[in-house]
Amino acid sequence: MSLLEHLPVLAIVVPLAGAAMAFVTGPRRSALECAATSVLTLVPVLLLAARVLDSGPQRYAVGGWGGPLGIVLLADGTAALFLVLIGIVGMAVTVYAAGYFPTPDEEHPGPGHGLFWTLWLFMWASLNALVLTADVFNVYVCLELVGLSAVALVTLTEGAEALRAGMRYLFASILGAMTYLLGVSLLYASTGLLDMEMLSSALKTPSVASSTGLALMIAALLLKTALVPMHFWLPTAHAAAPSPVSAALSALVVKGSFFVVLRLMLDVMPPGHLGGADTLLGVFGAAAIVWGSVQALVQTRLKLLVAYSTVAQVGYLFLVFPLAGAGGAVLSSAFLGTGVHALSHGLAKASMFLAAGVVLKRFGHDRIADLAGVARRAPVLAATFALAGVTMMGLPPSGGFAAKWLIAGASITSGDWWWAAVVVAGGLLAAAYMFRLLATFMASPGDAPEPAAPLRVVRTEWVPLALATASFLLVFAVPVVTQLAEAGSVLARVGGVAP
Amino acid sequence: MNPATLYPLAGAFLFATGVYGLLARKHLLHKVISGNFLGSGVFLVLIGLAGRSSAESPDPVPQAMVLTGIVVTVALTALALALIKRYHTATGLTTFDPVDEEQL
Repeated sequence: MSLLEHLPVLAIVVPLAGAAMAFVTGPRRSALECAATSVLTLVPVLLLAARVLDSGPQRYAVGGWGGPLGIVLLADGTAALFLVLIGIVGMAVTVYAAGYFPTPDEEHPGPGHGLFWTLWLFMWASLNALVLTADVFNVYVCLELVGLSAVALVTLTEGAEALRAGMRYLFASILGAMTYLLGVSLLYASTGLLDMEMLSSALKTPSVASSTGLALMIAALLLKTALVPMHFWLPTAHAAAPSPVSAALSALVVKGSFFVVLRLMLDVMPPGHLGGADTLLGVFGAAAIVWGSVQALVQTRLKLLVAYSTVAQVGYLFLVFPLAGAGGAVLSSAFLGTGVHALSHGLAKASMFLAAGVVLKRFGHDRIADLAGVARRAPVLAATFALAGVTMMGLPPSGGFAAKWLIAGASITSGDWWWAAVVVAGGLLAAAYMFRLLATFMASPGDAPEPAAPLRVVRTEWVPLALATASFLLVFAVPVVTQLAEAGSVLARVGGVAP
Repeated sequence: MNPATLYPLAGAFLFATGVYGLLARKHLLHKVISGNFLGSGVFLVLIGLAGRSSAESPDPVPQAMVLTGIVVTVALTALALALIKRYHTATGLTTFDPVDEEQL
């Protein structure tokens, strides 16, 4: 019983301990240990989600020190949803990476690959901490921990391109983190508080300093989430990273900073005091959907196409803010749609990057024009991209369909129909770039000899297929997501989800 | 001008200088040092606020935040310097773009 009360902190401590273990024992045995750690990490997360479903939001004072001085962990429905997403994708990345990276006793071990497990588990722990923390300064620390491990993971291969992309990412990360901290100092100066729940009641009477602080914090988080026009660092960093890392970055890391935006905008800031910021975020989101999709359409490399698709899909997440002001059923529907979109995009995008990694290993390159015949030579990979593509386009029964349906529905109910028009246009553009890719895969391979790949590499293609299938069938999980969303503090405030 | 206004103002100046350096300077070491300017600027703002928030004794919370921030900034700087060294070994460049390299 008492152990169950420690679930929030266990979700952080277990992967952190795994990271330390992986570093001490070295790369040789750590693949198995890492698999064990990922199962051990998933257990407290799932138990925590069950507890939130059962008895509402859970609060945990770390070390027995409560607010305002101590750090409080808050697991509400929204946090539980993101934790489960991190857990599922994290598990898949771990299983896949065990086959992706050469083990030290075979082939030539890539430089630094032995550090993958340590850095990856460290990033997993930091992401869980970022989602669970209810303290705005602790968010800064978690953002830096995620950023540091993410940059190190991008540069694992030590190629010139990866180092360049990693450093751009690092500089963007420093700018974002420091701007966020400047915002925190202004907020603290005007309120004397760091705890989000206490801030929420103190900010019912906002001052110029507190509003400026919050604006700086949110602007910094937009840079970290790579919302257009602050997306410049994302495509190269996500494409240059080793594929398991690309999957984790695109599916999880951008969602982590988005989660904090969601917390600050909907939970911490008083409704009605957003001062046009909500509409501005919606406009940026709409621009991201169009710009990211158009860029994905013209890319000639597979991993860059997938990365620009992330720029586009991140845009949908921000449509909730202009719709939130309407409150009631519109907010419920838009909020639920955002949760489903985070989940379905996380699963589908991770599957696409993992599948792109297998393409790179089996065919030796990721030039889209030269990938004709993939459907015949690697049908599992083609099926993965087709299933993930259904989610990107938003066709039933995928999670992308449910998400777009809910967001567009909220938009039409509120009377601001143009957000729904953006959602529909985004789906059509996604269809254009996914069909262009699939058409190449279906084309005849010609006379080019079929490259041979070790069975260990070929086997990894089942992991992305499993993820893509999960995102394809996600509409059936919407009732559970709805229940989780109802346990969230936002929806508790507006009184439940519309049918 | 008393320290309570001087510190935040100096901090804001340092922060702005850092943002300019990070975006405009091409040499990678300049960018790293600009990143440290950003950090020092924020820390000055925090320290200035710590002295101001209470009449009798300084508030320890912003000081604790500054200490944490310094630790994080040291780690970031170390990682950035290690990456620059590897990048220089791999490419012989000290900027992102070979065109900028010739101008320096």
